[in-house]
Amino acid sequence: MAGPSDETKETPSQTAGPYVHIGCTPNFAGIEGVYPEDLGQRMKIGPVKGEEITIRGAVHEGTGTVLRDAMVEIWQADAGGLYNAPNETRGTADPNFTGWGRSAGDMETGEFTFHTVKPGRVPCPDGRLQAPHVTVWIVARGINIGLHTRLYFADEAAANAEDPILSRIEHRNRIPTLLAKPEGGGVYRFDIHLQGPSETIFFDI
Amino acid sequence: MTSTPKGGYAARDRGWHPPALTPPYKTSVKRSPSAPLLSFPSTLSEETGPVFGHHILGPQDNDLLHNFAAEGQSAIGPRIVVHGRVTDQFGRPVAGALLEVWQANAGGRYRHRKEGYLAPLDPNFGGCGRVITGEDGSYEFRTVQPGPYPWPNGANDWRPAHIHFSIFGHGFAQRLVTQMYFEGDPLIWRCPIVGAIPSREAIESLIAPLDMARTLPMDARAYRFDITLRGRRQTMFENRREGL
Ligand SMILES: [Fe+3]
Repeated sequence: MAGPSDETKETPSQTAGPYVHIGCTPNFAGIEGVYPEDLGQRMKIGPVKGEEITIRGAVHEGTGTVLRDAMVEIWQADAGGLYNAPNETRGTADPNFTGWGRSAGDMETGEFTFHTVKPGRVPCPDGRLQAPHVTVWIVARGINIGLHTRLYFADEAAANAEDPILSRIEHRNRIPTLLAKPEGGGVYRFDIHLQGPSETIFFDI
Repeated sequence: MTSTPKGGYAARDRGWHPPALTPPYKTSVKRSPSAPLLSFPSTLSEETGPVFGHHILGPQDNDLLHNFAAEGQSAIGPRIVVHGRVTDQFGRPVAGALLEVWQANAGGRYRHRKEGYLAPLDPNFGGCGRVITGEDGSYEFRTVQPGPYPWPNGANDWRPAHIHFSIFGHGFAQRLVTQMYFEGDPLIWRCPIVGAIPSREAIESLIAPLDMARTLPMDARAYRFDITLRGRRQTMFENRREGL
């Protein structure tokens, strides 16, 4: 049986560098004809269940400058709280919703956009329900190891109040950095700050 | 004894990975979070992840020599095969892992609108490829050996020759981006990005050795790059409900 004694080290991370888009979104980077389309561009591959929403935001560095060489990925449950993954054992997720999105950000503004659905609630290992959330992962030049955070929804106050992860956060004044704000028309705004007074809470998971 | 891993992911050894703030790599200074990361045991949200079927792959996705080249043409440069195995920290092969790779051409030039290096583009080289691991975690692609290139950091910093890798395992917690270097490159030990990694041992795990056994005679040399992703602990002593 595998134990700590025969555990090998994880391959160390290195920055994605300034040209991550060549490898991960080549069509966006102008390298056309290699792949039919960039992976993660479409999260909805047919009519989906639940509330369709748009998540928009940008990644800001410590100087306040918006990153234009970042890549943001999201991973989330479907409207019923199920993951479209082989190791989802609680049921079958909406087959028309992949749960995974990837955005290179707008070439000029750096703004990322995801057309998705509002996720349902997913239980913790101990059975307690988590609030609806989206797992977010950011890589870019200058980021030595990909950053994990979570997007929660500002209009889910009751669920957020009993969320086991949010409850662990000691610095309550930082919780708003994890809340996407509704802007009407199903659009939610989520800005990520790598550093500075409104630095986003990042997770070691 | 075999058992299905259902426990949470083993914690990431943050002392083995590069820290966020590494001032010799200047861009990290304003792009590194300064508050400590918040730890919590992984949940289903991190233990699941997107899985990509072989159906997404085109016949030349793992052949950077030809996937951008004109009919009957091929990229210019030293032809190499890069291969290896993806396993987790407990030695289990990671089947079905998607590896996306990108790199400069043999002259060290990227096909990118922001690239400022004067080395020429190769009209037959795009610089991206992808492959999905087999049942035993193995993968293989062919390409040209990329050239080193200068970059704006110090007054005269050069990146060692490298191939970028983006890797998906079975859980989003395993998500990893890294770079593979080539055995014998003197630039490895002068690079501030490589130097962000704290230990020599960890750096050496990113250096692919020449693998003469897998070279194709009169065609291509081979380099071997094995990748280790985070592993999941066994459930035996875990206080969790089945199926959650
Ligand atoms: Fe590079």
